[in-house]
Formats: sequence, C-alpha cells, structure tokens
Amino acid sequence: MTTLVSPPQGMSAEVAAAAGRNVVRPGILPSPGARQWVSACPVTALVPGRGIAVLLPGGAQAALFLLPNGMIYAVDNLDPYARAAVLSRGLTGDRGGEPTVASPLLKQVFSLRTGAALDDPEVALPTYAVRIQHGTVRVGLPLP
Amino acid sequence: MSTTTENPTGTTTRTVVVVGHGMVGHRFVEALRSRDTESTWKVTVLSQEAEAAYDRVGLSSYVGAWDRTSLALAGNTYAGDDLVDLRLGTRAEHVDREARTVTTSTGDVIAYDELVLATGSHPFVPPVPGHDSTGCFVYRTLDDLDGIRVAAESAIERAAVEGREANGLVVGGGLLGLEAANALRLLGLTPHVVEFAPRLMPLQVDDGGGAVLEGLISHLGVQVHTGAGTSSIAAQDDGRLAVELSDGTALLTDLVVFSAGVRPSDAVARAAGLDVGERGGVLTDAACRTSDENVWAVGEVAAVEGRCYGLVAPGYTMAEVVADRLLGGEATFPGADLSTKLKLLGVDVASFGDAMATTPGSLEIVHTDATKGTYAKVVVSDDARTLLGGILVGDASAYTTLKAYVGREVPGDPGALVSPAGAELGADALPDDAVICSCNNVTKGSICGAIAEGACDLAAIKGCTNAGTTCGGCLPTVKKLLVDSGVELSKALCEHFEQSRAELFEIVASTGIRTFSGLLARYGTGTGCEICKPTVASILASTSSDHVLDGEQAALQDSNDHFLANIQKNGTYSVVPRMPGGEVTAEQLITIGQVAQDFGLYVKVTGGQRIDLFGARVEQLPAIWQRLVDVGMESGQAYGKSLRTVKSCVGSSWCRYGVQDSVGMAVDLEHRYRGLRSPHKIKFGVSGCARECAEARGKDVGVIATDKGWNLYLCGNGGQTPAHARLLASDLDDETLVRYIDRFLMFYVRTADRLQRTAPWLDALEGGLEHLRAVVCDDSLGIADDLEAAMGRHVEGYQDEWKAVLDDPEKLSRFVSFVNAPEEADPTVAFDESGPRKVPVLLGLPTVRENA
Repeated sequence: MTTLVSPPQGMSAEVAAAAGRNVVRPGILPSPGARQWVSACPVTALVPGRGIAVLLPGGAQAALFLLPNGMIYAVDNLDPYARAAVLSRGLTGDRGGEPTVASPLLKQVFSLRTGAALDDPEVALPTYAVRIQHGTVRVGLPLP
Repeated sequence: MSTTTENPTGTTTRTVVVVGHGMVGHRFVEALRSRDTESTWKVTVLSQEAEAAYDRVGLSSYVGAWDRTSLALAGNTYAGDDLVDLRLGTRAEHVDREARTVTTSTGDVIAYDELVLATGSHPFVPPVPGHDSTGCFVYRTLDDLDGIRVAAESAIERAAVEGREANGLVVGGGLLGLEAANALRLLGLTPHVVEFAPRLMPLQVDDGGGAVLEGLISHLGVQVHTGAGTSSIAAQDDGRLAVELSDGTALLTDLVVFSAGVRPSDAVARAAGLDVGERGGVLTDAACRTSDENVWAVGEVAAVEGRCYGLVAPGYTMAEVVADRLLGGEATFPGADLSTKLKLLGVDVASFGDAMATTPGSLEIVHTDATKGTYAKVVVSDDARTLLGGILVGDASAYTTLKAYVGREVPGDPGALVSPAGAELGADALPDDAVICSCNNVTKGSICGAIAEGACDLAAIKGCTNAGTTCGGCLPTVKKLLVDSGVELSKALCEHFEQSRAELFEIVASTGIRTFSGLLARYGTGTGCEICKPTVASILASTSSDHVLDGEQAALQDSNDHFLANIQKNGTYSVVPRMPGGEVTAEQLITIGQVAQDFGLYVKVTGGQRIDLFGARVEQLPAIWQRLVDVGMESGQAYGKSLRTVKSCVGSSWCRYGVQDSVGMAVDLEHRYRGLRSPHKIKFGVSGCARECAEARGKDVGVIATDKGWNLYLCGNGGQTPAHARLLASDLDDETLVRYIDRFLMFYVRTADRLQRTAPWLDALEGGLEHLRAVVCDDSLGIADDLEAAMGRHVEGYQDEWKAVLDDPEKLSRFVSFVNAPEEADPTVAFDESGPRKVPVLLGLPTVRENA
C-alpha cells in the first residue's frame, strides 16, 4: 500500500506568511503503511528557523522544525549523545545544502531529512513523517 | 582442519580468531579490516567482558556519569561489517593448537587459521593477609568500578550517620594507583595512597619530581604514604577495614583498592603449551609471533622478545604489526618509546627519553619551583649538548617540543630549556625528522610536506597526516608550523560566510542590514548554521537595542540566549539572578531561597559572586523571573557571549584598608554594561585597594583603586589560557575610567574574531598594548566619539530582557516543553536527590526506532 502525501490544503494567507513562503510542506515523505497522525500545532505557531517539541502518545517526543524555505521536518527530540530531550531547541541551518539541526548541548549536527549524525556514521535519529491539514501540523507515528 | 572458503571475488577467505576485546584487540580488528581490501580474512572476536572494547585508559571518567557508552571506542561493534563476528561475554576456555580450534565458555568450538591473543592483563593482588576481605577491590574494568561505586555509596551513608568522612585506601602509587585514587575522590571518598617505593610513580619520575607530585596531590586531599607496604587487612565489626602498614601506621578505611601493577593474562596460552616469558606473558619474536607460527600475541599479554609493555601505545603498534603480517607484510615491532604525558588528578606529569639519567656520564639540569608546584628536569649528554630525556611535573606544556629534541643537539644553553625565563624552543628550529605528533608518529617533515601540498588549515593537516587526531596536544605546534610556513589561515566564519566576524560587523554597521536573511542573501550562501547564526545575532544585538527574541532574530539565538537562561546537561536550565558586585539585600536573598525551595532547585554560589539556581524546566523560567522582578531583581547573563558579572571586594565603605568605594563602582559598571553582546564573554573585577581581593587582574576589565583614583587593567582572562590583565592607564577619575572602558569594549566588540577572548585579541592586535592605549587614551584613530556614542546607545536602550518576555504574550508562549501539551512537564527530566547533592539523571540510551 502506498500513501501519497496530500498537497497542502486550506492554506491561509496567515499560514503562508508564517513561513515567509507561499508553500509550507513536509520535508519527509511517509513510507508506505498506515500510521497514527498526532496533531501538533497550527502552522502559525512555528517560528521559521526554529523547532518545537511535540509530546507523542506513549511518551516519545518529536522535534518539529519549520525552515525559512517552508519545509517542515520532524526528528526525535532525544539527543543520543547528551541523552536529554533537547533537539527541538537546537539551531537549524544547512551543511552543503543538507538541512540540519545542531544539538544545543554539544553541537553535534544532524540531518533533518534523514536524521543521520553528519560526523558520525553510526548514529542517526528516528525521523517522523509530517503532514499539514487545514493549517494544522500533524506528526505521523507508525501504528504499533 | 581448515576454514578456507571461496569468497565472492574469487580469493580465499580465512579465519582469524581474536581472544580479547580490549583497546589493543579492537585496534587489531580495525587495522586488519581497514587494510584487508580484498576481504581475505573473516574475524571472530571473543570478549570476556559484556562490554565491547572501551577506553580503559580513561576508566576514571566513568565515575559520575556512569555512562558505559561514553567510554566506548569508536566503531567497537563493527556494525555493518559482515566479516567481523563479535561475541561479547564469551571467554576462550581452551586452545587446541593441533586442531587449530578455540573452545569458548559457551561451548562453541571455533576453527581458526590464525589466532591472535589479546587477553591483556589482570591486576596483581599482593598476598597480604585479608586481601580477599569484603570491601577489597581491584581497578581494571567497568564492572570493578560498579562494585567500588556500590561500596563507596554505602560507605558514605554510613560515615554520614557516624559523623565522619568516608575514606578509601589505594594500594599502589603508580600511574594506575593514582587513577584509582582519582576515582575514589570523584566518588566522594578521601583517598589514601600507599606506595612501597619511596616516591609516587616510581617508574616515571625521580625523587625530586616525586616530591613535587606528592605535594600537589596531597594538596588535593589525597593522603600519601610512600615507602610503606601493606602488612595486613582485617575486617571490622562495623564493616570497615583495619589496615596496617609496614611503617607501623594503622588506618581504618571503608574500602581498599589494589592497584599495585598487573600480570599478563596468559593462562590459556600456558595451558596450550605456548612458550612464556620469565616474568610471564606469551613469548613472541619481533613479529609478535609466538612459539606456534599460527598464534600471535599483542598488547599487555605479549612478551615481545621477552619484554612486556603496560602502555597502550606499544600495544597498538603490535596490533598493526600483526595485521600487516597476516596480510603478507614484513613489519616488526620496533621497540617502544615509553615516554608518557598524562594528567593525574589534574596534575600534569610527563617523562620522556632517558628520564632517570642512566646513560653513563649524563648530566641533569633541574628547575623546581616550590611556590608554583612545578618540577622540570632535562638530562643531557656529558658534553651538555644532546638532550637525552627529562621529567616534567606540574606543567608539561614543553613536553611535545622537548621530546622532539631527544637525541638531538640542543640549540644554545640546555639549562634554558627548564628555566622559566629561558628561551623556548621553537618548532621552526626542529629538524624535519623530529616527531611532532607522538600518538600517531607524525614528523615535522610530513606536516610541512602536507602544507606544501596545499593543506592550509588544521583540519586538512589532520586529514592527510593524522597529526593531532588522538590527544591533540601537538596542535599548537602544528598551528605554529602552519603560520610559520606563510600560509594565510582562512578567515571565513563558516561555509556560509567567507567574511570574518569583524568584517561582518563592518558590513552590518555600514549597510544597515538588520536581518540575517538579508545579510545571507547579499553576502553569504546557503541557509546558515549553528556558527554563523549566533555570530550574526550577536552583531545585531551589539548594534541595536532590539530584544534578542524580536522577529527573525529569535531563530538565530543559541539555546541559552533563546531561553535567556543557562542550559544544563539534562536540558533543564539554571537561573542566575543579577547581583552586581555580589551585593544583595536580605529580602532578595530570602526570595532567592524561597524560589529555590518552591521550584526544587539546586543552589550553588558561583565564582562571580552570584547565586546559581539549577534544574528549572523551560516552562518554569517565566514564573521564576516574575518572582525576581517582584522584589526588584532581574535574572542575569550567566550565559551567552555577553557581559557576565562585575566582581568586587567590599571596598572603602567597610574595609579598613580600602581607598575607594569598589562595590559602588562595580554596581555602576555592571548596570552600565549589562546586556552587552560581544565576541566572547566579558568579566569585570573592581578592587578597593592594591591588595586586589577582587582578583581584577584576572578579568577582561580590571579596575584597582589607588589613593588618587583608579588604575585600569585590560585583557586579563581566566579559563583555559589564563592571562593577567595589563595596565592601560593610572589614577583615573570616575568619568575618565568609564569613558576608557566604553571605548575599549566597543573597540573589542567591533574588531575581535568570533569566540576570541580579550587576551588573545590583544596578542593578535597589531601594535599590541601600545596601539590599544593610543586608540583608547589618545584617540589615534579618531573613532573615540563614535565608540562612546555606540556605547551610549546600548546603555540608553537597555531593557530587562527577562521582564520583556513576561510582558509579551507571544514570546511567553514559547516557554513550554511541548507545543501540543503546554501544561505538561517534560517527563524525561529527572533528578537524583539521594546523594550529597541533587543531580540530574540522564536518560537511558534511546532505542532507535524504525523510521516512520
């Protein structure tokens, strides 16, 4: 079964302005399979360039980022190096074009697209699919 | 029996079994796998410990965090490498050399083509009566430390009930013994060290060095007993151990750790009938091959040509030799340089070459400074020309260069090598074959060669020569070589901006661009990163009075500036109320205490005369600030690249020696410069007389009272590279003092590099202190008015950043742990309050989940 990403719907002028771009869209396409979609927040609650933490059912946490180009990414909020839930508070940017977040504690840099730690091939963060429906950002969790 | 099979490329695959997964075993596997490009070897590794190879040398750093993963050696699980089969918790029980098989503790029989013994060694426990009592430990593995931890924690509890200090005794005052003593100290015990020899570290240092070392270590609270053996240990009814030393001393201790040397773990080899050395260890030739041509030995278990080595570096060399041999090479073990440089309990100790002056006719030159606690000795040849070796205690900064000179003629007077006033040896004087990086054996020639071939920064040199990739101690020398070669180091801030911080500052000031995106679009590339964003944020903050969380700036601030508090290791924050000059009213102090109590915060007095409140969650910060605002206080910058604090002594209002009101001046200065963003943190000190109780000369701006006014000292730094502040001007009145500080600070803020503190900034400033004096006092550049005006705008525009958040519902709404559950506290934040102080508890390792 293949799930296609629904194109952004109900995009208000306010939502688009929040991102500084006309289009806000998920940075990670969901892999095939049904999943549970957790409402995170209105797109307008996101500050372009910054992240925010989302509490997921079961106690996990996602770090949700809106980049200035309108892409939204979600990776796990737990910093595997520092073992603390802090990544949503890291600085975003890019390395050679790859969108990144740097841990606010010891500055390890992770790809927002794949979750991979860019200086350590053995470490990667889990990533989450994101969708935007009627101006609300939702984070996709695999069904148990 | 043979295990030979065909592999996909058509060559044959053979099996090597490695017994032991310590540092050397791991190094062997890495060396073999990285060089065996044809995949001709399959590797099976047996690890007796449940943990894959870890940094045993750094064992004491396990104390405190108790995080096994932090000691793991890189790549120690060989994830994704199908040719390596790592079996943890599996011991080799028996080797059948005839059949070429290893029988494991799990009952498996593994066939090998070649066998590598890397079983290491085990602690030697002297046969003292009572050595096996409960409460006696050895110090070798993570499990040992876990055991020591349990005993130490219950000892501390017991001692607290009995109203005494808990202590521990380490048998052995060598390198490992002092490491163990450090571990005990970190655990909260008072360590005693018993060493049979007349001095500590008898193998590395001489009597003079040992005396200085003993002084430094005693000063850290370690009780040293040298020239004494342990005669008996007897368990007491109260759970403690009564230890009697050979010099008659009787001690009551909570636990005993044996760290009196190691013995090679050669039992399996002996049982298999392999030849062993006179003092144990599996005997090998220079190729590390044992008496069986298919069996090799590396690391501490190997007696290479009869000699065992207890350091990791020779073990690594053996691992490389055997890897080379298995791939058809001819490498031999070249012997080992037993030079060592280490930090024990924070004390530098280095020993190199012929440290004990055993060369006939050799001469020793010694410099001891009892006040600083340093000992430096060089050993030279009988004609006083050639450096043979040396010992450094207390300060080992000269180690890299001195060691490179061993066996060479010293330019000039050899006595100058250890004299503090003497000439320092420059890297430029070294010959090309001098080793600069001793961890990876990289010579000056290879580094200069890499520079000649176009390596133009440290990263490039590290990449092509490996120099400085292990301990990093040689990097200052490498950098010097780079600069000396005429290479212009790139000033680029990061991959997004080619400009330096100072250039970007000029661009912002002259173009009036006020956004990061605008600056990036015109002068940079990409979308920015964790380096350029905070740098630009700092420049924007230094040049205006906008709130740091206004508009687009919010997304540029590093975590501390973003949440206006100091992030700690578990993601909670600490709050440090502003307390200029360390002055505080009783009412404020009570409020701080109540805040700490109400929010369950850990309290610690800082070095900057403030009070630090630890453990606040994001959503608690605004409530804490509100409580401070209610009694007329504000939070303060104990974070960020900004003015931190102005420290002062009590001054003329109370002190009988004081000649000026240092507290009053400190309060005024902190109020004037608070909130100023700068290339690095800035600290002030104000002393009320020449006794200098505020330690102002260790600060970026130091003000010291005279009977006529104030002396202004600039560019002092504490921290990693301490520097004394230097006198800029004397006997200034209040107004001139403030004017000079305005000019100095703004000049620094405009021209310094990112993260360049004032001392290195002054060092790099062309013309040095004279130039700075000309700019600040004589306005030689004609910019003084401009600098003062800029500071005037800062002072005028200052606002309480924390209160501004309380007053702005939009900014306030960001202070939540979860956007979808603003009322929820982060459930992963936890503390342990069972010990002597509240500490954060980190999460267990997160399990990696399938990507959604």
